Amino acid sequence: MITNILVAGIGGQGVMTAAELLARAALTAGLEVTKTEFAGMSQRGGSVCSQVRIGEHVRASAIRPGSAQRLLALESAEALRYRAYLAADGIAFVSTLRAVPPVVSSGASTYPEAAAERLRESGVRVIEVDAPGIARSLGDVRLANIVMLGAASSALPLDARILQAEVLARFARDPRLAQLNAAAFAAGERLALAPAA
Amino acid sequence: MLHDGHFRIICASQLRTEAPIILSMTEILTRAELKPLEKARPQRAWLSGNEAVARAAWEAGVRVAAAYPGTPSTEIIESLSHYPEVYSEWSLNEKVALEIALGASMAGRRALAAMKHVGVNVASDTLMTMALTGVAAGLVLAVADDVGCGSSQNEQDSRYWGRFGHLPILEPANASEAHALTRYAFELSERIELPVILRMTTRVCHVKGSVAVAEPLTATQERFEKDVKRWVMVPGNAKGRLALQHEREAAMRALAEACEWNRIEKGSDRRIGFIVSGPAYLALRESFPDAPVLKLGFSHPLPLALARDFASSVDKLLVVEETEPLLEQELKAAGFAVHGKDVLPSHDEIDADAIERAAALLLGMAPPAKPHASLDVFARPPTLCSGCPHLGVFLALARMKNVIVSGDIGCYTLGAGKPWNALDSCVSMGASLGIAQGLVRGRSAEDTRPVVAVIGDSTFLHSGMQGLLNLVYHGGNSTVLLLDNRATAMTGGQENPGTGRALGGGAAPRVDFAALAAALGVRKERIRSVDPYLLPAFYKVLREEVRAAEPSIIITSRPCVFAPDHARGVPLKVDSALCTGCGNCLDAGCPAITVIRRASELKPNGKTVERAFVQVESAACTGCGLCASTCGEAALVPVQGQA
Repeated sequence: MITNILVAGIGGQGVMTAAELLARAALTAGLEVTKTEFAGMSQRGGSVCSQVRIGEHVRASAIRPGSAQRLLALESAEALRYRAYLAADGIAFVSTLRAVPPVVSSGASTYPEAAAERLRESGVRVIEVDAPGIARSLGDVRLANIVMLGAASSALPLDARILQAEVLARFARDPRLAQLNAAAFAAGERLALAPAA
Repeated sequence: MLHDGHFRIICASQLRTEAPIILSMTEILTRAELKPLEKARPQRAWLSGNEAVARAAWEAGVRVAAAYPGTPSTEIIESLSHYPEVYSEWSLNEKVALEIALGASMAGRRALAAMKHVGVNVASDTLMTMALTGVAAGLVLAVADDVGCGSSQNEQDSRYWGRFGHLPILEPANASEAHALTRYAFELSERIELPVILRMTTRVCHVKGSVAVAEPLTATQERFEKDVKRWVMVPGNAKGRLALQHEREAAMRALAEACEWNRIEKGSDRRIGFIVSGPAYLALRESFPDAPVLKLGFSHPLPLALARDFASSVDKLLVVEETEPLLEQELKAAGFAVHGKDVLPSHDEIDADAIERAAALLLGMAPPAKPHASLDVFARPPTLCSGCPHLGVFLALARMKNVIVSGDIGCYTLGAGKPWNALDSCVSMGASLGIAQGLVRGRSAEDTRPVVAVIGDSTFLHSGMQGLLNLVYHGGNSTVLLLDNRATAMTGGQENPGTGRALGGGAAPRVDFAALAAALGVRKERIRSVDPYLLPAFYKVLREEVRAAEPSIIITSRPCVFAPDHARGVPLKVDSALCTGCGNCLDAGCPAITVIRRASELKPNGKTVERAFVQVESAACTGCGLCASTCGEAALVPVQGQA
């Protein structure tokens, strides 16, 4: 049994950090893991996706279209971009963040309205997460990736506490950051467990 | 030459628990202590392919490593630079890097050079004669092919160099194999006295996995021995070594036939036997767990006897290789009936879908069903960063009509995109100057458009300065825009001789670009240093220099926003009472400026004007002030309280 998790977003959002934390938690849980990135120029605001495969007998690193059980989209339009990867029973955790690129600002392209709704209509389960709102309320919008991890943590094939411990370990050298990231993770977890989700 | 090591890594978690020990590269370096070896215990580390190569090189006793940054190879040397025993550097270009590795090998030290596929083109002059001299201590050339062309100007198959130079090619499938094959490569290199090419691809370099790491060997030091017939490749001596190349190739083939990295994996479903190298092996194994497979890790010279054994046990043969049909052609030339690129993609990565489709074609079966399509969404290409000093340059170039702009390779290649559309060519590292000179020499007499070359600091030092000397020497009249942002920015801000720092961040001499341009012959009056954020002044200088009937160079003075010497200013915001929605500021292409409202306005003359009202994302704004210089209403103002 292999679980395929796709983390998507844009350069600078912490897509790779989130994927790395997931992968390391799975390693700690004693599972086999591979992680690969599709990000040629990731620091430059382009689309970024990281693919994590965990389970037993994991060999290839790329997730095949139609086989991702989980999608963590740190930006709402990016959730649409990676729809083809989702399995029929896949769950998409979609941040409400709308990052509008210059190609849209200049009027050359349009930003999709109601991205989460369109994704839902395409036939997969969608859980919208107000990651930017929660992150901002905690004082730093960069915490949004950890909020997303918290929100997805109960729907992953590993103990949420192991993932939480990885998050804490990552920021162990800075108690203030560790506390903030712990709060972000917990807020995400609460949100996903709320009946509305 | 090398002895078993007497160090092992003990980490805190190992002392507490018997759970599997998984360390990242950083942890190995920061948490590990070196203790005398009591009893070797295998350890596993969580490493990318690039980190695995670095780790294995260190284990193998490498003491000298050199590279020029290039995706997807960059992390090899970055990782090696953390090992204090290893001298590692960002060389000026790939040719110099390979020469440093050769010199170290001649001096008796194991050495590594790393580069991306196109870097080998630059290094190839040295490489092709190294194939004659051979090496003394083990030397590995780690080449990262950008299969899929994700961040390069082309997609080329570095395995050709093995055929071209009669050199062995090793092809790992993942990080674990990258580690093991790097260790093997050093032994092989010393055994056959040749550089060994470790051919990686993006899907090896950037994939992380669990890797069994080993104890470092104790590096030994030989001494450079004078051997004119070997190291001095004048025609007489070179000629004497040509036959040796072919003898070595035969010896290499014999080694490849018996090498444990070339193996037949038996399978019960014999309808198709797969011959495979590189990461496609992993996808293949998941799709066809019961198929017989000839897995090639030491893929050149091709082990033909092994292939013959394999072929006799299956109905059909399918060669799965990225990207060129090299194994396929060699097998065909040897009389094998194989399929390959007739049913598989001719370029790009070979994924599980492609292999399944190919197999279905060969077996006369229906192709696998396609999964759900992606939902339509705008393309999100990479952009220049908020406050990037290149923004002003491209804003100015976009406003200058009737100019031909010869571009180069770096972040600034993005200037070819929207909204600037300000580059007319990008071919290879340093090519902007030669192309500019050729455009001027080759154009018609009526074509008087000025020609501007745009090149960054690191690319200029890599291979652009020769083009400038050539331009001056031959009386060209192009204008060179040297975008000195004090970083090799596109690959992540690596150091170069223009930054005043070396790999690892330590102080180093800083090249004086103005003095360099003067030394190459540009007249002092035509060497201009400008602040790219001060748009009117910058534009004025640009106009003056393109009109000059002689070579000129404009050097920009602002660092990359990620460079250590970048200073953020007070962020700006839009005073909505003043913003008229003219949209001029959007021409800068700064990602911190976004449209919040569009409107159409009917003018008294009957024309409709489109309005775009904007906001500045103050958290992203660096306060460079470029956008303010485009605003006729002074609507872009500093955020209060942050001055």
